[in-house]
Amino acid sequence: MTGRLFEGADWDFHTLQRITDACEEVALKDLGLDVYPNQIEVITAEQMLDAYSSVGMPLFYKHWSFGKQFAYHEASYRKGLMGLAYEIVINSSPCISYLMEENTATMQTLVIAHAAFGHNHFFKNNYLFKQWTDAEGILDYLDFAKNYVMQCEERYGRIEVERTLDAAHALMSHGIDRYPGKKTLDLRAEEKRAGRRRQHEEEVFNDLWRTVPAGKSKTRSALSIERRRKLLGLPQENLLYFLEKSAPRLAPWQRELLRIVRHIAQYFYPQSQTKVMNEGTATYVHYRIMTALHQQGRITDGNFLEFLGSHTNVVFQPEFDDPRFSGFNPYALGFAVMQDIERIVTNPEDEDREWFPDIAGKNDVMGVLRDVWANYRDESFIAQFLSPRLMRHFRMFHLHDDPEERAGIRVDAIHDDRGFRRVRRELARQHDVGYIDANIEVVDVDLSGDRRLILHHHVIKGSQLNETDAKRVLQHLADLWTYDVSLIEVDANDKVLREYVVSPRPIPAAVA
Amino acid sequence: MPIHIIDRRLNPGGKSLENRQRFLRRAKSLVQGAVKKTSQERDIKDVLEGGEVTIPLDGMHEPRFRREGGTRDMVLPGNKKFIEGDYLQRSGQGSAKDSGPGEGDSEDAFRFVLSRDEFVDLFLDDLELPDLAKRKIAQTESEGIQRAGYTTSGSPANISVSRTVKLALARRIALKRPRKEEIEELEAAIAACTDEDERTELLAQLEALKAKSKRIPFIDPLDIRYRRFETVPKPVAQAVMFCLMDVSGSMSEHMKDLAKRFYMLLYVFLKRRYKHVEIVFIRHTDRAEEVDEQTFFYGPASGGTLVSSALQAMHEIVRERFNPSDWNIYAAQASDGDNSYSDGELTGLLLTEKILPVCQFFAYLEVGESGGSAFDLSDSSLWTLYERLRNSGAPLSMRKVSERSEIFPVFHDLFQRRETAQEKAAP
Repeated sequence: MTGRLFEGADWDFHTLQRITDACEEVALKDLGLDVYPNQIEVITAEQMLDAYSSVGMPLFYKHWSFGKQFAYHEASYRKGLMGLAYEIVINSSPCISYLMEENTATMQTLVIAHAAFGHNHFFKNNYLFKQWTDAEGILDYLDFAKNYVMQCEERYGRIEVERTLDAAHALMSHGIDRYPGKKTLDLRAEEKRAGRRRQHEEEVFNDLWRTVPAGKSKTRSALSIERRRKLLGLPQENLLYFLEKSAPRLAPWQRELLRIVRHIAQYFYPQSQTKVMNEGTATYVHYRIMTALHQQGRITDGNFLEFLGSHTNVVFQPEFDDPRFSGFNPYALGFAVMQDIERIVTNPEDEDREWFPDIAGKNDVMGVLRDVWANYRDESFIAQFLSPRLMRHFRMFHLHDDPEERAGIRVDAIHDDRGFRRVRRELARQHDVGYIDANIEVVDVDLSGDRRLILHHHVIKGSQLNETDAKRVLQHLADLWTYDVSLIEVDANDKVLREYVVSPRPIPAAVA
Repeated sequence: MPIHIIDRRLNPGGKSLENRQRFLRRAKSLVQGAVKKTSQERDIKDVLEGGEVTIPLDGMHEPRFRREGGTRDMVLPGNKKFIEGDYLQRSGQGSAKDSGPGEGDSEDAFRFVLSRDEFVDLFLDDLELPDLAKRKIAQTESEGIQRAGYTTSGSPANISVSRTVKLALARRIALKRPRKEEIEELEAAIAACTDEDERTELLAQLEALKAKSKRIPFIDPLDIRYRRFETVPKPVAQAVMFCLMDVSGSMSEHMKDLAKRFYMLLYVFLKRRYKHVEIVFIRHTDRAEEVDEQTFFYGPASGGTLVSSALQAMHEIVRERFNPSDWNIYAAQASDGDNSYSDGELTGLLLTEKILPVCQFFAYLEVGESGGSAFDLSDSSLWTLYERLRNSGAPLSMRKVSERSEIFPVFHDLFQRRETAQEKAAP
């Protein structure tokens, strides 16, 4: 074996190169990972703050909300309320990892193992990322988006563009296709398409058409409800998509902006569904790599202890009555489940054989884990692999809080034989985006009448929308739709709980 | 697999600057409100240091569809004593800590840090110097000199040696003037030469070279270039601010403090518009004297009150040191309004004849005791006099102040943008 990778805490670029090579050897040979080419960039704290405010991406279009983010992060960072992340990694090919310059050599090793191999493998192999993101094209697409927004600002004015983007951002969480469509996303083609469309418009522009008298409009009553819904593709839960395709009075550039915001939301959609898995994978991988390097004698005992210090901080799970508690720590949960899978695969107990007959005692740890990483998301991952032993370890319990119940909050299940399955199901559900996001869809448009857009919110467990926010979002929606919009909250029995109606604001004269 | 390691630390910073400016622009009214509020709490000196401001988050809120209420289910770690079917008290503290999502993590105020420049800009953003000042600035231009390339004629003092030598060199090369080394080489060859014929030939060559180098001078008058200067009009970028204050016994510490705050604001404001701002402090009782800042605000003095003495002193200082064509002159007078009766006429005359014509702006600030309802009772002698002057068309600004918190609004009022000021004046 070659000697130490580094001594002490200092590093230079040769050290980074050696570290990366050593990590790569372990990752590819021992763990059998499959990664995108790596690109490692060293950045300063200020650049890290910059990255924070543009959702971690190296380039992004300009918008005031990112400035707000930046101001906020900067203030809390300066006051010492917030530490900065050690790294940021981008799901792109090549996979870009940003490392903070302040990190010690040990931390750089940890971070490279974590991001450049752990996250990287997950990005490349998980089915959600394969389905919904285009790692090859994302940076080019963001570049296109940035330039497109800039051009729009030049052509149509900053305020107009800002208004459209504000509205699009408000609807961003409902601008996602949740079910795989006909084709996978090709962001490079997107960019070309937008260019072609504009060119076509310019080529075929003929002012004469404006003066041609319009024929008699078709009788709308002929459109049956079914046909109308089919034509408009209803019901539609992707509100941004619906507006882009069907809003009657949007300019082409506004549709393109909606499309950009929609694509970006879609790009981040897998990340929100795989937080536990993604961090768990990266943590598991860095743990394995660091341990291997230590065993090979390539990092010293002292450095390894430093690593263990940070590692335990990362996977620390405070208990529910701890003031530091703020939900399950995805690093802790993900890492624990993956280590538990390792144990089940290599050294199962009877309980494990009963609960996990497929993997118990299979002895191929990495084979099983690679399969898990590729084919699950948080919800299904927890539902499948959270073992009774781990539930006991975390001492999990399930609370059911029904406001109607006078006696208080009921403890519905605890970590015992009766409760294991219920606790597990409930925890899985907490990680299901289908459950977390409000289920809102466009159901109809009153085409023969006042063109009102009708949306339904299917209320689950009596949890309705926050009123002030709902009104504001609907206002944005109405401004884009340019006619009235109504949102009806219905419960499982189709009982109407509440109805919002919002009219579009008249387009104001430019407000400075 | 090739791995790229890139050092991005040297990339230009400030990538978020544009977004930050957009944010500030958008939050302008909110931030401005916050800045004003903060500035009332702080000392004026500290105000200018920028710093943290808090704006209501509501104003910059980005709405999303959020759900709330209803029955909630949650799985938590760290069970110690609960068994299935237990009920936990809702309002009870301790065991049943409410830790559902969406609670406790929303902040109702948004805090961030403004730089000094951003702060001052926002602080003074909707203020403007009065029209009068603008017109004056446009008129009072002085001539400045700046370099404007080279010329073929000029005074010897302005010869540009480097340019001249450069041109000479170019000319010598172009005309193939023999170099010194060439001649020396030839001479050496002649000295070493034994053959008579060859020697004659070389001598002839040498003669030709020498003649050529005489014909083509080392520096020709054609090469000579002079630096050219142009005069350009330069707007006056300096201002002087006169602080006049009555320091007679009737002025209390509180009144002086009010005046001081007003002067500071004016100073900051002028400082932002002019590169160079001088301050002249004139205090007066029944005599006026120019003093330093410390004496001005804190030095003890007593005596009667003759406002005309201060105006006279200012007039003299202007005449001696601040030529109105070079300086923008601002004056702010603070007083409790007392003046001896016999002085009124002289004061009025000095002001209208001598002071106002040279001033860009003259503000009179009448300061009173805290809680000073006394103002409502009757106008002071000075106020009555100034009001009369103003009504007859003299460009005077005057306000009454008795509370610290009024200083900024009054200042604001005096310098608010023209349009609004005119609107107010119209009805």
